[in-house]
Amino acid sequence: MQVTLKLYASLGTFLPPGAERNQVPVEVAEGTTVRELLDSHNVPPEACHLVLVNGVFQAPAVRSGVKLKPGDAVAVWPPVAGG
Amino acid sequence: MGWARKILRVNLSNGTVKSEPLNMDWAQKYLGQRGLATKYLVEEIDPKTDPLGPGNKLIFATGPLTGTAASTGGRYSVITKGALTNAIACSNSGGYFGAELKFAGWDMIIFEGKAPKPVYITVVDDTCTIHDAAEIWGTSVWHTDEWIKKKHQDPMMHISAIGVAGEKQVLYSCIVNDLHRAAGRSGVGAVMGSKNIKAVAVRGTGGVKVKDGHEFLKATAAGKKVLQENAVTGAGLPSFGTQVLMNVINEAGAMPTRNHRQVQFEGAHAISAEAMATPRKTDGKPNLLTNQACFGCTIACGRISKIDEKHFTIQNKPQYWHASGGLEYEAAWALGSNTGVDDLDALTFVNFVCNEQGIDPISFGATVSAAMELYDLGLLTKEQTGGIELKFGSTEALVKCAELTGKAEGFGKELGLGSLRLCTKYGRPDLSMSVKGQEFPAYDSRGIQGMGLTYATSNRGACHLRSYTVSSEILGVPVKTDPLTTEGKPALVKAFQDATAAVDSTGLCVFTTFAWTLNDIAPQVDAACEGGWSPERMLETGERIWNMERVFNMRAGFTAKDDNLPPRLVKEPAQTGPAKGLVNGLDKMLPEYYQLRGWTTDGVPTNETLSRLAV
Repeated sequence: MQVTLKLYASLGTFLPPGAERNQVPVEVAEGTTVRELLDSHNVPPEACHLVLVNGVFQAPAVRSGVKLKPGDAVAVWPPVAGG
Repeated sequence: MGWARKILRVNLSNGTVKSEPLNMDWAQKYLGQRGLATKYLVEEIDPKTDPLGPGNKLIFATGPLTGTAASTGGRYSVITKGALTNAIACSNSGGYFGAELKFAGWDMIIFEGKAPKPVYITVVDDTCTIHDAAEIWGTSVWHTDEWIKKKHQDPMMHISAIGVAGEKQVLYSCIVNDLHRAAGRSGVGAVMGSKNIKAVAVRGTGGVKVKDGHEFLKATAAGKKVLQENAVTGAGLPSFGTQVLMNVINEAGAMPTRNHRQVQFEGAHAISAEAMATPRKTDGKPNLLTNQACFGCTIACGRISKIDEKHFTIQNKPQYWHASGGLEYEAAWALGSNTGVDDLDALTFVNFVCNEQGIDPISFGATVSAAMELYDLGLLTKEQTGGIELKFGSTEALVKCAELTGKAEGFGKELGLGSLRLCTKYGRPDLSMSVKGQEFPAYDSRGIQGMGLTYATSNRGACHLRSYTVSSEILGVPVKTDPLTTEGKPALVKAFQDATAAVDSTGLCVFTTFAWTLNDIAPQVDAACEGGWSPERMLETGERIWNMERVFNMRAGFTAKDDNLPPRLVKEPAQTGPAKGLVNGLDKMLPEYYQLRGWTTDGVPTNETLSRLAV
């Protein structure tokens, strides 16, 4: 199934070639979790401060348990702020 | 100490200046800057006075840590009755002006009355002089800055000035210091213009004394270590600036788009921090050149940008070819997503114009957005806009509107009224996305519920800097809360409001609070100032300030009916994203908020509350 991986700010360096606008479509197996997706792109867990699936925050404790669905968008940031 | 213990009072009507001792009893209750200057204002003006009349006063105020070795200790605020809102106004700015005013030996300057003709003021240590401003009236902030430095042969002066917008009293005009830092909101620039003050130039050669130098250096060094080691203040903000929020807030479905018709913008990435750092296709250079720090700041979140010289906005306009203050998130949102424009260099140009002529990009962008909706609905015609095709997404229209509003010419005069007066004129006040007449910042409160209560109850009108619950609801600082629920938000908003009022009274930047709590700030204040400043005392001071501002507004004529949101946000559900189907639940939050504040069900502070806080 296909999902979209979005890595922003300093995490943009972990995007594979071909990514545009800080995002890339990726093929993953059924049952892949958020954490497995990030691990497959070598994104360090400690750098993943803000993880949103379809815009909804995923706490660190659930990232290894949440299974992705076709079409999901996983967006990740290191610690950032603004205002 | 910390305080200089001296106030400069400038009476513009009769051309006198005098030095007064700072009221130290008030300093012990209201600390400095926002709190202390507001105390002076509420004691000295009629709350019902016309903000643009001579009865209003304009106060430039530093905090006790302004000009010290504390990180970010360079802030000053402008306190007055707001031209845009008719409510209490306090606009905070960085740069170097605040520290320089303190080095000259002053805690604050109170301007009263109205000069019979345009003037500018110089403050060089103890000497304050009122000068004729005929040669610079009608010119920009940038020209004024350069002219005054040349005139006085002193490139080290730091200058706060208004542009043509402030002179002509565009109601959201601001006061710009150091070329591109601004006391931005509520129309403080229009008040300055109404008093015929073009600029205030300061030069100080003294220092700032603190109570215990050894303890102060220990406390400030500890604070700097915390900022450096924190991932947000030590890495995130300096690298990407506030603009990193563009994709965050868009992804979270809280990005106000096209006057809040939508909550996500398809062009968000093109105007984001990531885009600013990416080389342009046109010239191979990125929009962002570097970051920049204000006085004493160890975060350095400021953006310095340069527009492609071949971009249509600056062709044959060399005055814009240099590097200058780039887009912050609030400006990028208001000028971009809210108008549907995704041309990064065009937004940077409009931001330059806002700095050059002194207009608040938040209220300007939101007013253009409201006008675009009026145009879309056929309530505003091309004839009425002076030929501008004011369509959502039109870069050319946005640029033209900025140039006109900066000089208050043509249709820019109408845009200069702000969205509420503009929309009221054309029969649809409900299309103004504002509270107490001030336009929303960059967070849709259907997707971040706490921000609805923040906006509705903000004493200076809609504002994110009075209680930035985004920090908790989206960013997880200090703890993550669910942005889509109302539970717990009244207490969260109150806590943010009180703590922020205290921080705004110190001379420090509120951005430190992404890493610092009052437990980090209080030791720095306590080492600088007499009186015993604990975190608990600072929080109580913040609550006192909040209630004082509230009482001023009520005496000015505001009631609980003004603690409200536009119908769109409480009746029209979000169409996409996590908040799809949601409206803001203000009605669920407001009663609990009043109760937590110790106010009546009508939002009036009780005598018991005012007595407890000694307001």
